[in-house]
Parts: sequence; structure tokens; C-alpha cells
Amino acid sequence: MSRQASPEIALSAQADDAVVDVRDVHYAVDGRPIFAGLNLRVRRGLITAVMGPSGTGKTTLLRLITGQLFADRGQVLVFGRDIATLSGAEIYATRKRTGMLFQNGALLTDINVFENVAFPVREHTDLPESVIRKLVLTKLEAVGLRGAAQLMPAELSGGMARRVALARAIVMDPEVLLYDEPFVGLDPISLGVILRLIKQMNQALGITSVVVSHDVQELATIADQSYLLSGGCVVAAGTPQELAKSDAETVHQFMTGSAEGPVKFHYPAPDYASQLLGADEG
Amino acid sequence: MSTVRHGTLLEGVRKFGVAGIFLGRLLIGCVAALRRPGLIVAQIFNAGGRSLIIIMLSGLFTGMVLGLLGQDVLQRFGAETALGQLAALALLKQLGPVLTALLFAGRAGTALTSEIGLMKATDQLTAMEVMAVDPMSYVAAPRFLGGIIAMPLLAAVFNVIGLFGAQLIGVGLLGIDRGTFWSNTQSAVGLHDVTEGIVKSLVFGAVISLIAVNEGYQCEPTAEGVGLATTRTVVASSVLTLLLDYVLTAAFM
Repeated sequence: MSRQASPEIALSAQADDAVVDVRDVHYAVDGRPIFAGLNLRVRRGLITAVMGPSGTGKTTLLRLITGQLFADRGQVLVFGRDIATLSGAEIYATRKRTGMLFQNGALLTDINVFENVAFPVREHTDLPESVIRKLVLTKLEAVGLRGAAQLMPAELSGGMARRVALARAIVMDPEVLLYDEPFVGLDPISLGVILRLIKQMNQALGITSVVVSHDVQELATIADQSYLLSGGCVVAAGTPQELAKSDAETVHQFMTGSAEGPVKFHYPAPDYASQLLGADEG
Repeated sequence: MSTVRHGTLLEGVRKFGVAGIFLGRLLIGCVAALRRPGLIVAQIFNAGGRSLIIIMLSGLFTGMVLGLLGQDVLQRFGAETALGQLAALALLKQLGPVLTALLFAGRAGTALTSEIGLMKATDQLTAMEVMAVDPMSYVAAPRFLGGIIAMPLLAAVFNVIGLFGAQLIGVGLLGIDRGTFWSNTQSAVGLHDVTEGIVKSLVFGAVISLIAVNEGYQCEPTAEGVGLATTRTVVASSVLTLLLDYVLTAAFM
């Protein structure tokens, strides 16, 4: 475990098997920098965790990887090709090799669970209906929701919706799966199931996974490699165990969930006492 | 003050530009959408079929009012037998397309905007993009095409029911001879009048559908954003319908 510069050196030897390679990425929204020199690599066949406090641009990172956004400076290489230099058709071809699980599931609300999972298959293949049916039922069985095939998305709980979305994300057998905050708001059973599924997808199907989350404990049980983002760049990289042992201030604050430390919990505000007294006088 | 006006003007020009680019992308999406006729048919039902009752009721009452007012005015000149002619021309050339368009904007336009806006707010459009499916050809284009096709059909229904309403009052209540009513109607209406109505309703359908889909697509993905976009759809559609109605009426003179 070490600070910003050295993880890059440590990982550079393994750059060849990088499925996603983010190189010195700068990205700003309305002049507010989100990333300022971000470097990270996602290696084939591993589960990579990207952690960081809220607002550090974790979801933005996923959007950069899927080519929905483009870096102001630097490169985002996906399957070895700079996503910013690809044509629209090439970006779509890259996305077909990638699955993404959205925080809220993002299921299409006007069609049922079965049709949601079948959606990418129908759009991208000419498979006969009988094959599509088997394929969809297999994926739904994998997430334990074969019995819910005819339900509409509005009839599902949050955890169920996310499992359906996971079935939809894997139905085209992607090489990379991106998970956006997969653990938020789940009950312990759904959380355990999702955790096991992420691990199983990785081990059984060899799917490379990128899990963006701030749930340190959950990630520690499944991640092979972790990156901690803060202030627009990677402040620490290593296995979750290495991060837990770190004595670097930012890492320690994040791993222990402390309000005190380099990452400010309070939004910038005038002096507390003087503002309260000022309100009295006013 | 002038800075504010300058800013508003710039914002207006920017929005116009955004809508123009959106139209370009939409037309490309329409080509791909033609390969999914099932989606377009579903949207014709959503925009047209579901607006049918309100259009029929409005058509009936508009025709009945035309019957009453027409009779009142025409009898002053001893020309009450021309009621069919008056009602048919007023409906075909003007009231049919315009009133249908205004109702269409309120019923189907708002539904389109809020549906697409909510899809955006719940990441459904982003999810499609990530699944390598262009939401422009899957969501926007079928709704746009569905609206264009549904609008002339609705206007036709409005006209037929409206004429029936005028006849109901003129013949049934005020005692104009049925044969005179229909023969006057038939002789007064030419292909030119029907064409004017069809062209108007097609143009209104295209404009309202474009505004509705564009507003849904560009809206802020929040509850407030979707609400504001829906309001903008009704306001912009209604004003543009009336403005274009003047332009088209002048063009057909």
C-alpha cells in the first residue's frame, strides 16, 4: 500500500492485461474539476473496487468508461483503444462487450421483467424466440427471479429490481461488468445475494468487474484490487486489506468512517457561532 | 436591462439551435425506427387511440355550436340552407386541424414529454445507450412518427363528428331540410379544402410531436424539471399551432 505515485509503478508491469486503462484523466463540469490527473487500471478477470466519498466522481468515471462522457485531457483506453477516438458505431460495439448495473436498476418501466432481460438480445441478435426464452430464463434463474418473469418493474422491490437489472446486464455475456453503487439501500439478504452474484459472475464466467461503491466492508470481501479516489485523483491503491492497514490520513479517515480528517464532512460555511448569533440579532 | 434581454435572446437562439440539432438526430433515428413498425403502431395507439374520446366529444360540441351560431347568423340573410356549407368549410379548413392540435398538445403532447422526461430521470435512456441501443431510434423516433400519423387521423374524426353535430342541430332541432344540408355541403367542399386541412394537421402533428419529444429529452431529470418541460410543451405547441395556422391559411388563399 502506498500513495499516489507508487501504485502506478507497481501496476505498470501488469498494464498488458488492462481491460480499462485510465491515463492522467482531467474532467471538469462547469469549471468545477471532478478529475485532475486520474490514473487507474482494471485488470482482466479481476474484481476492481473504486471507492471514495460521495461526490468524488465515481459514477462519472463509469460514464467515461462507457463513452457517454469524454475526458477534457488524458486517455480512457477500453479494450486497448482510446474511447475518445472511436466513432459512434465503434463506441456502440465496445458497449456490447460491456454490461452495466445502474444504482436504481434503470429497468424499462413499460415492459415486464422477462422483456427487460430479453431487450438487449432482441435488439442485437436475430435469435429465435425459443432460444431467447431459454436464455432469459437461465439468467433470471441465476439471480433467483425466474418466478418473477411476468411481473412489471413497478411491482418489484428495490433489491429485486437490481437483480433483474443484473440479469439484463449479463444476458449478452459481457466481458466487463460495471456496477454503480450496487449495495445502496439493500436489506442484508439482498446485499448478501448481490455480493455472492458479483463474485460468482467473476469466478464462474470470468467477467472482469468494476464495482463503484463507498461500502468499504462489503467491497473488502470480494475485491481483488481497490482504488480510493479523493480530490479528483487516486489517493491509494492496493488490496482492500492493504488499504485497511494504511496509516495515510485520507485512507484511514475513509476506512474508519471518521468525520475528522483531510476529507471535509462539512460543506464550506461561515463561522457556526457567529452565524447563529447573527440570526438572533436579525 | 438590455443585458437581461440580450441573455434571454441568446438563450432563445440556443434553444432553437438545440431543437434543430435534435430534429436532425431525430430524422436519422426515424430511418432506424421504420425497421420497428410495431413500436410506431403502439405509439399511434398511445397518441391517437387514447385521445379519441376527447376528440370525438370536442368535435361533437364544436359542430353543435357551429349549428346554433351558423343558423342564427345565416337566417338574418335568409341563407340558413347554407349551414352545411358553413360548418363543413369551417371544420375542414380551420376548426378541425386547429382544435384537434390544441387538444392533441394537451392530451398526447404532455404525455409524451412527461413519459420521456421520467425515463430520463430514472436512467432508462442512459441504460439503453449503455446497452448500445440508440434511444433516439427506440424511444424518440417512434413517438415522433406516431404523433405525425395520429394527428391527421384525429383531425378527420373531429371533422366527421363535428359535421354530424352541426347536422344534428341544423336538421334535427332547427328544421333545415336534410337533403339541402348535405347537397350544399357536398357542392361547397372541394379537394383544395380537404388538402388544406390535411396539410395543416400534418404540420401541426409534426411540430407538436417534435416539441413534446424534444422537451422530454432535454428536460432536467428531476420532478420539477419534468413538470416545467410538460408546461413548456403545452405553451409552445399551442402558440406555434396558432402562428403556423395563420401562415398556412395565408399560403392556401
